[in-house]
Amino acid sequence: MKEILELLPLIQEKTRVANEILLSNLIMISEIPAPTFQEEKRTEFLLWRLSEHNLINCSTDEIGNALAILPGTEGTRNILITAHVDTPFPESVDHTINVLPGTVTGPGVGDNGLGVAALATLPVYLEHLGFQLSSNLILMGSVKSLGKGNIAGMRFFLDHTNYPIHAGICIEGVRLGRLSYSSIGMLRGEIANRVPEEYDWSRFGAGGAIVNINEVINRILEIPIPRRPRTSIIFGSIEGGSSFNVIPTTATLRLEIRSESDEMVERLKEEIQNIAAEVSSQTGTEVEFREYARRRPGGLRFSHPLAENARTILESLGTIPRISPSTSELSAFIDHKIPAVTIGLTHGENLNEVNETIEIEPITQGIAQLIALILAIDRGYCDEAQP
Amino acid sequence: MKLNLNAWIREHTFHHSQFADLAALVQEKERQGLSISLCIPTLNEEKTIGKEVVIFKSELMHRYPLLDEIAVIDSGSTDKTREIAASFGADVYLSSEILPHLGERKGKGENLWKAIYQLKGDIIVYIDADIKNIHPRFVYGLVGPLIYNPSLKYIKAFYDRPLAFSQGIRPTGGGRVTEILVRPLFSLFFPELTAIIQPLSGEYAVRREVLEQIPFPIGYGVETAHLIDVYRIYGLEVFGQTDLDQRVHRNQETRALGKMAFGILQTFLRRMEAYELLTPNTEFSTILRQFQVKEDQFELVEYRIQEEERPPMNTIDEYIEKRPTSSPRKKRRSKKAGSPSLPEDT
Repeated sequence: MKEILELLPLIQEKTRVANEILLSNLIMISEIPAPTFQEEKRTEFLLWRLSEHNLINCSTDEIGNALAILPGTEGTRNILITAHVDTPFPESVDHTINVLPGTVTGPGVGDNGLGVAALATLPVYLEHLGFQLSSNLILMGSVKSLGKGNIAGMRFFLDHTNYPIHAGICIEGVRLGRLSYSSIGMLRGEIANRVPEEYDWSRFGAGGAIVNINEVINRILEIPIPRRPRTSIIFGSIEGGSSFNVIPTTATLRLEIRSESDEMVERLKEEIQNIAAEVSSQTGTEVEFREYARRRPGGLRFSHPLAENARTILESLGTIPRISPSTSELSAFIDHKIPAVTIGLTHGENLNEVNETIEIEPITQGIAQLIALILAIDRGYCDEAQP
Repeated sequence: MKLNLNAWIREHTFHHSQFADLAALVQEKERQGLSISLCIPTLNEEKTIGKEVVIFKSELMHRYPLLDEIAVIDSGSTDKTREIAASFGADVYLSSEILPHLGERKGKGENLWKAIYQLKGDIIVYIDADIKNIHPRFVYGLVGPLIYNPSLKYIKAFYDRPLAFSQGIRPTGGGRVTEILVRPLFSLFFPELTAIIQPLSGEYAVRREVLEQIPFPIGYGVETAHLIDVYRIYGLEVFGQTDLDQRVHRNQETRALGKMAFGILQTFLRRMEAYELLTPNTEFSTILRQFQVKEDQFELVEYRIQEEERPPMNTIDEYIEKRPTSSPRKKRRSKKAGSPSLPEDT
């Protein structure tokens, strides 16, 4: 591993000159709208980019993932490098990207335009460095990742691929220093209230859909949340109604349950379903709970060589690792018992806002981290000792 | 009409996708030993200039060496345009420092003209700096036709492809000033130039041999002047035009367009005088030519518009009989049919 850490300054120096190509890729990728379930144009662009570098099997799979393989000298092992291509921004949002000397701004530049751009530019970086890997590098722009997509692209690939995956790296644009190698239990769902057309508005307590959803929220807040296992409920978004003076007949609450324990996620789900049923019965309206996404807890232990080396590389780059569990693509790796990490490439702010902004300068470190990690996996430093 | 304009449009109208094979384009450029310079004229464009330079430099210099230089020629921006352009690797020049003994004029045409002196390329491609959706196609779509067609000398951009359109025929063409001023003027005096779909587009690629022998209005009239002057020297055969799909930029207010139209009209009238095209008894064309797209083909549509005039009523016999007390009948001047009878000077 020491030899790779010693290479870090050289990697930074040699990749810096190709950062202009990365920036150009970042602009062009980020300006193609790619809301979840509508990623085709962006994956098409990514494939066109990858096909320029003598990669093989440049194609989309059945679900729409963009895939290409950089063949290794031996090709006995496969490393999967992935970045999700979708964003939360609909096509109607102005996707114009602005570039200033130190920053790039625009919807989705950090999450995950930069991740996809790094994927598209990775063959260029390796070419500049003159590194030959012995493992095959499978590059994948994964689709249907966010929200209701429920990482369907990633799951589909791992469920159906003929290539046994030895290890994986998920690239996120933001933030440099983030490191995830475990996933927590998670459930993402929606509670929708609909007041029927023939509703009796004279009944006691009738107040409309927003009042009903408010009642649901109050009841959920009364659920005792344990300190161990660590658990939380996030109310992510709420919408309903149309004007100041019109009683709303529909309202929707989106929430996420997170816990270190899968049993706790299940228990809270049941409680929330009961609350929905109770409020429905009390108000005489429809209150429906729908589950959209689910993750199981798991992942690498702290001392796993991949986790350990990922931390060491960050420290060698002068960055303090910030370890946190992930609910993204990493979960699919964990479900398949494949060692994997999620890393970030640079610093940024206003994530998931239209003025999302990333810093250009730290990208050099982020890319060096990615390449060093690929080398470490390729050279066997991240393999677990066989019993 | 010397040329069949619809045939000309079919042969001289391109789409940027025809030149997307950049490796082949660069190979042909190198085989011919051509050099190509990009000129971006600027005035306070700090928001968009960085992106333009990054995209063109990365894609068209590093990845595919189609461009030999990228130059920003600035009119004296008071924002950070020059610093940003330089930080991303463009050659930045202050217009006033090029040929300084000739004095300083303010206007885009001044920068385009000085670029001919300052830049090295056999071909110069001019791209405006205010394009929000900048893409390499803006350059390769314009230089491609020049590289593959030695007989072409001047390639104009036009922008089509509406985001949504139902079946059938749709109108297409230029902006407000083009359709209200330039196209009618061309229809009257230079009918062949009506084949240029967007004569005022700010993006074009031109061979040096052409640029160095035409005058440059420094303001709004530069594009119109180019078309007329190049047409007078070489004819329509040296022109081409490329569809670059959509262009997103700042929209101008009507008052600003009024200024633009005024400048263009001055340029136009100056040329009418120089080329002695406006003399007594000049026969004007009565056909206005506009564009439509039918099944992806650009077509000229011709409208005969004959503005006839009636003489003053007091020159009509029946009227005089009916109203003998009306003002006396004036003598008619000798003139062509359809011309108005104007009152004589008193």
